Amino acid sequence: MLNRYPLWKNLLVLLVVILGFLYSLPNLYPDDPALQISHESLELTEGDTPVITTALEAAQVEFFGEENSDGSVLVRLGSLEDQLRAKTAIENALTDDYIVALNLAATTPSWMQAIGAGKMNLGLDLQGGVHFLMEVDMDAAIERRMQDNQSNVRTILREERIRSRGLNIVDSSHLEVRFATEEARRQGRSALIDSFPELQFQNRDAEGVFILDMRMSADVMLQIQRDTLQANRTTLLNRVDALGVSEPTVQQQGSDRIVVELPGVQDPAQAIRILQRIATLEFHLEAELGSPSLSYENYIYDGISVNVDNDVILQGDRVSNAVSSLDQNGLPQVILNLDGQGGNQINRISRDNVGRLMDVLLIETKSRTIVTLDAEGNEVEETEFYEDKRLIMHAVIRSALGRQFSITGLDPREANDLALLIRSGSLAAPMTIVEQSVIGPSMGRENLEQGILGVQVAATLVVLFMLAYYRVFGLAANAALIMNILLIFAIMSSILPATLTLPGIVGIVLTVGMAVDANVLIFTRIREELALGVPPQQAIDAGYNRAFTTILDANLTTFLVAAVLYTIGTGPVKGFAITLMIGIMTSMFTAIVGTRAIVNLIYGGRNVETISIGAQKRIKEVEA
Amino acid sequence: MLNKEIDFMGIRKPAAIVSAILVLVSIISLATLSLELGLDFTSGTSVRLTYSESIDLGEVNSALSGNGYEDAVVVTFGSDREIRVLLPVDETVAIENQAAQAAEVGETIAAMLRENSSSEITLEGSDYVSAKVGEELAEQGGLGMLVALGIIMVYIAVRFQFKFSMGAVVALAHDLIITLGIFSITGMEFNLNTLAALLAIIGYSLNDTIVVSDRIRENFRRLRKGSPLEMVNISLNQTLSRTLITSLTTLLVLFSILFIGGESTQGFAIALIIGVVIGTYSSIYIASNVILYMNVTREDLMIPVKEGTELDDTP
Repeated sequence: MLNRYPLWKNLLVLLVVILGFLYSLPNLYPDDPALQISHESLELTEGDTPVITTALEAAQVEFFGEENSDGSVLVRLGSLEDQLRAKTAIENALTDDYIVALNLAATTPSWMQAIGAGKMNLGLDLQGGVHFLMEVDMDAAIERRMQDNQSNVRTILREERIRSRGLNIVDSSHLEVRFATEEARRQGRSALIDSFPELQFQNRDAEGVFILDMRMSADVMLQIQRDTLQANRTTLLNRVDALGVSEPTVQQQGSDRIVVELPGVQDPAQAIRILQRIATLEFHLEAELGSPSLSYENYIYDGISVNVDNDVILQGDRVSNAVSSLDQNGLPQVILNLDGQGGNQINRISRDNVGRLMDVLLIETKSRTIVTLDAEGNEVEETEFYEDKRLIMHAVIRSALGRQFSITGLDPREANDLALLIRSGSLAAPMTIVEQSVIGPSMGRENLEQGILGVQVAATLVVLFMLAYYRVFGLAANAALIMNILLIFAIMSSILPATLTLPGIVGIVLTVGMAVDANVLIFTRIREELALGVPPQQAIDAGYNRAFTTILDANLTTFLVAAVLYTIGTGPVKGFAITLMIGIMTSMFTAIVGTRAIVNLIYGGRNVETISIGAQKRIKEVEA
Repeated sequence: MLNKEIDFMGIRKPAAIVSAILVLVSIISLATLSLELGLDFTSGTSVRLTYSESIDLGEVNSALSGNGYEDAVVVTFGSDREIRVLLPVDETVAIENQAAQAAEVGETIAAMLRENSSSEITLEGSDYVSAKVGEELAEQGGLGMLVALGIIMVYIAVRFQFKFSMGAVVALAHDLIITLGIFSITGMEFNLNTLAALLAIIGYSLNDTIVVSDRIRENFRRLRKGSPLEMVNISLNQTLSRTLITSLTTLLVLFSILFIGGESTQGFAIALIIGVVIGTYSSIYIASNVILYMNVTREDLMIPVKEGTELDDTP
């Protein structure tokens, strides 16, 4: 029994140690407090920087390293305390269209960034910021799809010259078409059935009216929910970008919720105003001359009066993307992408209407406070919601359109604005904030500092204890423990994009306490073997082998619990579970392979009389 | 074998009775006093404030009730210079606007309290939880625990034997109920952090139980003589030093979180400390006891032939 590791195993341990060290290193470089200045629709250029620096100089704020990238300006500040003052100073110097966001700028050397080593993302509880949980109104999303269907049914019936007695939406997933005769219903049904694969058809008779019921199946509704959530998430991401937050999180949670986390944001009211700006898009045709006045509404576009037909030819949720770019002649354009059904819809309508004008309405739900008098004559403030409809596009259809088409004849600014408006309007359904949390920056820093101190003290205590109790073997366990913490940090910083939260720190601390368990198991086994009179080299080997199944069972079950926590839990529970899972995996490696490598280096390959594993002599005496 | 042996199972009956009483008291307390649920599970708005001097709660209360916040509850938070003001959900406000209102109420209350106090007041943050989310979280937490317990039962039944999985799950339920009971009796706040702690207790206590069960299984397979009770006693003695050392290192760590980690993690640390102490006890007395009560036999742990020959080689 020589207890020697083959070279590859020693090299593996060495490699893991080096990687762990390298990839956790960036966490030692603190970020610079910074401000990011951008414009709602314009790209900032070098020319904008002097305005900002002058404002900062006037406010006597220490700053450095101003840079211009991706159309925004980043200024690093001397201290975190100056951040808010600097923000106000810059805001006052610029117009309201500019967005000044608090930010943190990385200071890691470029070679670290080049090997993909990054800093750990800190949760809001450790750096301050605003957390929102938003619930998407799925009923509204389904109902809008039904309105879309309603409009298509009307078009098809008109094209096929089938007369109906009206069609209306009964509830969000149920559309009924009324016919005067059974024959008309039969014709209508056969005309419609192929165009609406997502609807289930059913005949119903009532008081001399022949009704065709069209219902959405549960599967289709589920699909709509999924698409809607995806659309809402994308739109929220765009809006959050507009806020200029450095590392925002926009994540799906459950079937109808989205988590938005905005680090560094301190004014939740402003964030809510931007996030909750509910906007939808509708595509219409311009009303033909001589249409009945009830069939259109009047809007003003660029100073011209436009009559927009009431029928919606396409809903905004069919738009998958809108970007502004330059066409082959270098002229600005907006490229619109539609989904498959949207493409068919626009094609069917546009090919019959070449030469007519197409209009896009942006509908935003806004609120206003109105003052009314109650029964006792007191003034009562009430918030009222209303739909603000704006005509954002008025363009001639030049040819039959498909899934992708371009809008031209705009100036660069208009193209940019239009793309932005269309994108923000393709948000599929309204959202409600159901949970919100604001964490002040000082509280975040306090949590972080105390958390780190907690880890340090806990690790020190455990290290001292292990050293006192297990001597040389304790040393091996301690090296493994430190390696374990490094690995957890490295994995969380660079491999998994996990976020460190306060419960996460607690998870790490707990791992520190529990990671030594594997070593305790091994070492007590070795001591037992020694007490039985087994020679040291054999005792070491037997200790590691015998303890292995126990360690595996214990860690696997705990890992299962952590995995359940991670899947079911949210927020703090998830943050805790992720560090626990990572900790279990890394500690299995460090406590078994890592300590064995060290023990082998110290005792392996030679004849050993006694080993230093604490208290062992006493047992030997008892034995004698 | 070690010469000095503690007859753990000699007091298995008294231990079972004590545990039964503790569980019963916990259940009664949970049923009558219930838990002091934190904002995470209820609903409403919570505003965190720090004062530069120690706080006169009476002054804060009168300032709040004098300005239309009669429903506000003020609790101290950590030190005597930090408070939380809890406000119930304002039902008259449409759900879409509650969050926006909650966002502003923090500033409003801070400004109002500043007028009524000579102390410097910092607004540390605010939280808002709608009624629906709170209920769901409580359901999710309960469901999470049940799922975790179920998976553990299956795993242990596969790796060990059904009697062992009963032992482990009874021990876990025992730990969870008593920890919850202590929270209920002392009136400590139960929030999301405490929930996470409870789930961690499952992991910890399980760890202990598995280590003991593993040894019981090994001894059943290795030692030819001895009653099941003797087997359990020997196993408990063999694992005792490991059980105590691991509990000690974990407690070292938890006490450092408790004293250094700051207010936000105190509840978490307390729950875990309670859990670790009870978990250590239950892995000795509950899990093994259940296995014995279920009449565990050597046949329950039949050895696959190959493994058996290997084990016979060792002295």
